[in-house]
Amino acid sequence: METQDNDKQEFNITVYTENQIGLLNRIAIIFTRRKINIDSLNTSPSEIESIHRFNIVITESEEVVRKLTRQIEKQVEVLKVYYHTNADVIWQELALYKVSTDVIAEKVSVERLLRENGARVVVLRKDYTVFETTGHREETDNLISILQPYGLIEFVRSARVAIIKDSEGFNSKLREFERLEPGEDVIENEYLNKGQKVFTM
Amino acid sequence: MEAQTITQEVSEKAAAPAKSPTTEVSGSEALLEALIVEGVETIFGYPGGAIMPIYDALYDYSEKLNHILVRHEQGGIHAGQGYARTSGKVGVVFATSGPGATNLVTGLADAQIDSTPLVCITGQVFAHLLGTDAFQETDVINITTPVTKWNYQVTDATEIPEVIAKAFYIAKSGRPGPVLIDITKNAQIQKFDYAGYTKCDHIRSYRPKPIVRPQYIQEAAELINSAKKPFIIWGQGVILGSAEQEFKAFVEKSGIPSAWTVLGAGAIPTNHPLNVGMLGMHGNYGPNVLTNECDVLIAIGMRFDDRVTGRLDKYAKQAKVIHLDIDPAEIDKNVKSTVPVWGDCKETLPMLTALVDKKEHTEWHDKFKDYTRQEVEQVIHRELNPTTDEMTMGEVIKQLNEITKGEAIIVTDVGQHQMVACRYAQFNNTRSNVTSGGLGTMGFALPAAIGAKFGAQNRTVVAIIGDGGFQMTCQELGTIMQSGIDVKIIILNNRFLGMVRQWQELFNSRRYSFVDIESPDFVALAAAYRIPGKVIDDRKDLPSALHEMLNNKGSFLLEVMVTKENNVFPMVPQGCSVSEIRLK
Repeated sequence: METQDNDKQEFNITVYTENQIGLLNRIAIIFTRRKINIDSLNTSPSEIESIHRFNIVITESEEVVRKLTRQIEKQVEVLKVYYHTNADVIWQELALYKVSTDVIAEKVSVERLLRENGARVVVLRKDYTVFETTGHREETDNLISILQPYGLIEFVRSARVAIIKDSEGFNSKLREFERLEPGEDVIENEYLNKGQKVFTM
Repeated sequence: MEAQTITQEVSEKAAAPAKSPTTEVSGSEALLEALIVEGVETIFGYPGGAIMPIYDALYDYSEKLNHILVRHEQGGIHAGQGYARTSGKVGVVFATSGPGATNLVTGLADAQIDSTPLVCITGQVFAHLLGTDAFQETDVINITTPVTKWNYQVTDATEIPEVIAKAFYIAKSGRPGPVLIDITKNAQIQKFDYAGYTKCDHIRSYRPKPIVRPQYIQEAAELINSAKKPFIIWGQGVILGSAEQEFKAFVEKSGIPSAWTVLGAGAIPTNHPLNVGMLGMHGNYGPNVLTNECDVLIAIGMRFDDRVTGRLDKYAKQAKVIHLDIDPAEIDKNVKSTVPVWGDCKETLPMLTALVDKKEHTEWHDKFKDYTRQEVEQVIHRELNPTTDEMTMGEVIKQLNEITKGEAIIVTDVGQHQMVACRYAQFNNTRSNVTSGGLGTMGFALPAAIGAKFGAQNRTVVAIIGDGGFQMTCQELGTIMQSGIDVKIIILNNRFLGMVRQWQELFNSRRYSFVDIESPDFVALAAAYRIPGKVIDDRKDLPSALHEMLNNKGSFLLEVMVTKENNVFPMVPQGCSVSEIRLK
């Protein structure tokens, strides 16, 4: 069966879109109708003005991810969809931690804590301190467990942002989209590309 | 994400504006001008508070645009679907906000899953009232997002020409589908400088069809030419792509036995020598069994619905699969293809035909014939020539074939009568089988038949409906009465919700849970709408009653009492492989 748990891994789905109200919902329901949890979702501008970029992280088998990307790419306002494993992207998440300044100052070697966790102080007040760290999930998780014993007041982590390692940017693709004729690359697939190990569809 | 008006993506070579440039028009007038340039002749709709400005403008356009007042918005959208299916054009539907719009949802879902091109216009409350729970306000865009190919809310009249141009382009291009445009009341009223209407033929982010790679065609042709037992299965894609001639040429040159999905029926005539029958749960014996024996399976414009494949992990595992489809999302969705031929089959089929060898496949055809013989002996003969007192659904269809000679458009609802009609009706022409395939919408047939007739006014339209489904949308008899449209209605009354009863008999130990349905006097009901009718329960009256119905000027309702507990066979029980098809 296609959805055996042991086939599942994290995939980073990158979606280039027009900026259109309602598109977030249109994309989200492609996951929710299959009862797939979205682990992380970030929308941002892309390297091209007026083109939006979604970064979506889900844990699924590649076969399911491929079907999802095709269904996303089918949406009228979606220009292009790519999916990648964690190994194929550079990715970061940002986390903020609020702790009591008294406790921290008294009980923790703040300097060591900052150095060892690549963290920095964003706000330092008499009553509380806010640390920030950026990194992979394990790194931001690690700082939680370190601060938890000292009464972590508040914690928040951002969605994941990811840059595709072997991407050459979307500029040339966009020019192709602006032409009238149908595109070549929507028909790439694992059958024709079996020799080339190409990941796009 | 912030709001942004959609960018102008229209071509300059498209149609000239009907109104002279820089006239001041209202949003409503701009909408109606757009419909005229798009070649719309018929609109199915129902007015209400939030769409009143459009209806007010329509008052002055009644010579150019024929508005059919339906009795319920669901009837309106099914009529739009029927219209689109027989005419090949985009069906246009008007509804008001709130309940008017929510009543469209079933039809949108039906059109989405059956790839029917529609443009639905809904009124919406004033823009400044959005989100305030205003009277008849509902979040139509979000409600309809999963069941539309595209939808968009207009809050400013200046957007209307461009948005309507996009709506028509999206609805009919590539894999067709329903589009909904929600227009706030202020935008309907607002006046603006109208610069004319330009049709849309390109949207940057939208690829209606992938480019065809000759490489695929080559690989596919090689597979086909080396095949000993190739088998073609085709779907509605052939009809939607207007590729019937290209398909026929391919089938005839390759000599490959070809079977159809319910929505593909009629793309080549029922009695074509290479047409071996219907696929799926109640399809023919040979096409189902031999799917699991063929060596190359060529799927054309079909999407391997579960009603066609049965148990997927035992479906055509021995075969190499060639899948021709315009929608990349369908390739490898349910059945993994060996060679995916992505593209418009109107382009890909001729390329393939050029490369395939001319063959007969006589021995392989004989296998199909052998299965047909078994099916005739064990199922078909008894269904079409019953010796029981009571009539069967099949013999009604057979009699109808004999009178219409396969020239009629057959519109069916959902259930046993639908499967019997699809199995036994003769289709000489394409765009002749109108039914709710993917969604299985009971209540579809009566309104769809109205639309089907408007879409093909010189053809005979016969709606075949069960006693259950008829009662779901029988208010549309009012639409027939008022519009004077000529629709022949056959109710096959078995006094049961027959398909569910069949399943309860076969799989739930005859525990007939809420399938025993009472009906009103259908003939009297029709008479109340001034539609003549007749009920028969004796076989000897069948031919004359059918003649009377077909010869009647205008609509006619014929109720045929059929045997109560008949089952549709063959049947691939749910969860079983197509080779486990049952003949009884």
